[in-house]
Amino acid sequence: MNARLLAGAALTALTIGTALSAGSASAQGVSGDAVKIGVLNDRSGLYTDLGGEGSAVAARMAAEEFGGKILGKPIQVITADHQNKPDIGSNIARQWIDQDGVDVIVDVPNSGVALAVQEVTRDKKKIFLMEGPATSRLTGDACSPTGFHWAYDTRALAVGTGRAMVKQGGSSWYFLTADYAFGHQLEADTAAEVKKAGGQVMGAVRHPLNTSDFSSFLLQAQSSGAKIVALANAGGDTITSIKQASEFGLTQSGQQKLAGLLLFISDVHALGLSVAQDLVLTTGFYWDMDDEKRAWSKKFFDKFGKMPTMVQAGSYSAVRHYLKAIEAAGTDDGPTVAAKMKEMPVNDMFAKNGKILANGRMVHDMYLARVKKPSESKGPWDYYQILATIPGNEAFATVEESGCKLAK
Amino acid sequence: MMGTIFGIPPQALFGQLLLGLINGSFYALLSLGLAVIFGMLNVINFAHGALYMMGAFVSWLLLTQLGVGYWWALLIAPIIVGLFGIALEKTLLSRLYKLDHLYGLLLTFGCALMIEGGFRHFYGVSGQPYPIPEALRGGQNLGFMFLPNYRGWVVVASLIVCLSTWLAIEKTKLGAYLRAATENPVLVQAFGINVPVMVSLTYAFGVALAGLAGVLAAPIYQVSPLMGSNLIIVVFAVVVIGGMGSILGAVLTGYGLGLLEGLTKVFYPEASNIVVFVIMAVVLMIKPAGLFGRER
Repeated sequence: MNARLLAGAALTALTIGTALSAGSASAQGVSGDAVKIGVLNDRSGLYTDLGGEGSAVAARMAAEEFGGKILGKPIQVITADHQNKPDIGSNIARQWIDQDGVDVIVDVPNSGVALAVQEVTRDKKKIFLMEGPATSRLTGDACSPTGFHWAYDTRALAVGTGRAMVKQGGSSWYFLTADYAFGHQLEADTAAEVKKAGGQVMGAVRHPLNTSDFSSFLLQAQSSGAKIVALANAGGDTITSIKQASEFGLTQSGQQKLAGLLLFISDVHALGLSVAQDLVLTTGFYWDMDDEKRAWSKKFFDKFGKMPTMVQAGSYSAVRHYLKAIEAAGTDDGPTVAAKMKEMPVNDMFAKNGKILANGRMVHDMYLARVKKPSESKGPWDYYQILATIPGNEAFATVEESGCKLAK
Repeated sequence: MMGTIFGIPPQALFGQLLLGLINGSFYALLSLGLAVIFGMLNVINFAHGALYMMGAFVSWLLLTQLGVGYWWALLIAPIIVGLFGIALEKTLLSRLYKLDHLYGLLLTFGCALMIEGGFRHFYGVSGQPYPIPEALRGGQNLGFMFLPNYRGWVVVASLIVCLSTWLAIEKTKLGAYLRAATENPVLVQAFGINVPVMVSLTYAFGVALAGLAGVLAAPIYQVSPLMGSNLIIVVFAVVVIGGMGSILGAVLTGYGLGLLEGLTKVFYPEASNIVVFVIMAVVLMIKPAGLFGRER
């Protein structure tokens, strides 16, 4: 543990070493001598594959579209590992902003860390583009005038998967929940949707983050007799629970069904279709939906060797929109750019006519998908069949519903 | 019918105890290797988790690259990991025996980070799927739970390995040499026994056990670079509770803590990854040498 801390300290020391001192903020033009984009995410733990270096690759792709320069100043992308620890994450964010002249922080999966970083960026009036974290609190009670929640959130997942499964006859639910901010919120949002749709919640079990053996929790879920066993967890935890659920014959009996509430394409890739087949999921992005998405994803694949997750594709979209707003506002001053971002519609390969609410929620269509059977898939990464489009204003909460105090 | 035990139906309790036993099997196998290495070499082998992961990866590579199946992997992977261990011991570890324990710990910890980092670089963290071998698919309905055949096999295999290791060290002549060599290497060398070779082989055996545990774990968990670090801290706690260097202690504590963890997952799941450490703290306060350790 200590050694991890040391590694973190060394990493931050390294970023100080290479950093240029930040110039004084001015209302016009770019502060410092570059627009610095800090991609902060899990680069070594269970959430690495859903964001990680891929999010930085996506951010660089957005920067390249502007020729690597904006308002005459270069665009730089730097990265760091928050190790899923809120204290480390907020320290790096503070360091980046105070000493390294970072203008915007991108990604930050793990809702616990994102909530901590949101406090920092709100204080310092810097833009925070969130693609990785899930909790809807980030645009609710913990919202910030400079915080933007981009790819998805717990409420959208709940609406998508929750409603769809109840409609298919999944009337009773049992939750397997990751025991931290994200899991709790996802469980709460989904339970609310399930009840609204006429379903019933039989119970829940909370497991520690990064658990290697789920058999005990699965057994409890099995004995609950609920028709749907919902996984309110993510990344490595979801992969392990799905794999072990199949080992323990949870779904073979036909009486119980698994619902992966947050499933990324990287998870499906790791599990293999024979284990993951027929899972229903909600996603903000799938590469094989239209020509624009395919072309961008192909480019991403050539650089990174994997197809993009919704987090990585969202990072591209958010950074691109941010840069466009700087261009339009003629400054990189946080609050000014934030206001500009909210004025402009989001139109790119990720979102069509996306709009940003006052609380920072980027509203765009979400998709309900089913994981293909091995026989239906034409090859690697041909994983989803899109069942339905969930219109943005159904998927995401309105400002009033969100409980964000910013709203005028 | 019977009522409930502390509000939990007995069926559910049996199920959880059985699952605890399965997890305990891994704890026992891994802490056994650690105990053997510490007992004979006085090295706190922090690379153990990484070598366990390596065992799983070797079997995955054997399967996907060479088409070598599970049963052969069970034999080949521990040998490869053991050979790697010999190389590690000969080139690096053997230079540190005269120094404090701490140096061995730091060296092996560094090695663990490098091995893990290497695998992470090439294979990512989400891991690779390893199928359960044909012969062990499916499961038994025990009435109170569904027991996958493969998990049953893990318990049996681990019991056999633990028992025979204990017998080999406590009851055979080779084991007697080993124990003597740790007490007084100079004297044993004077009797014409090649102590450095014996030490290397002991280390190899210890890490081969980790490799074997890795092969056993491959079909249950995702074969992932992180699988070792997820487990190793708990396994160290097991060894500390059992008593550093005590082989029987390591094995019994491994199974015992597996059971206890299983119970925690029923009564208070949130604490399931802390309970082992709480016990460790209590044991250290009452019996600093561990439950089965001798005070020196």
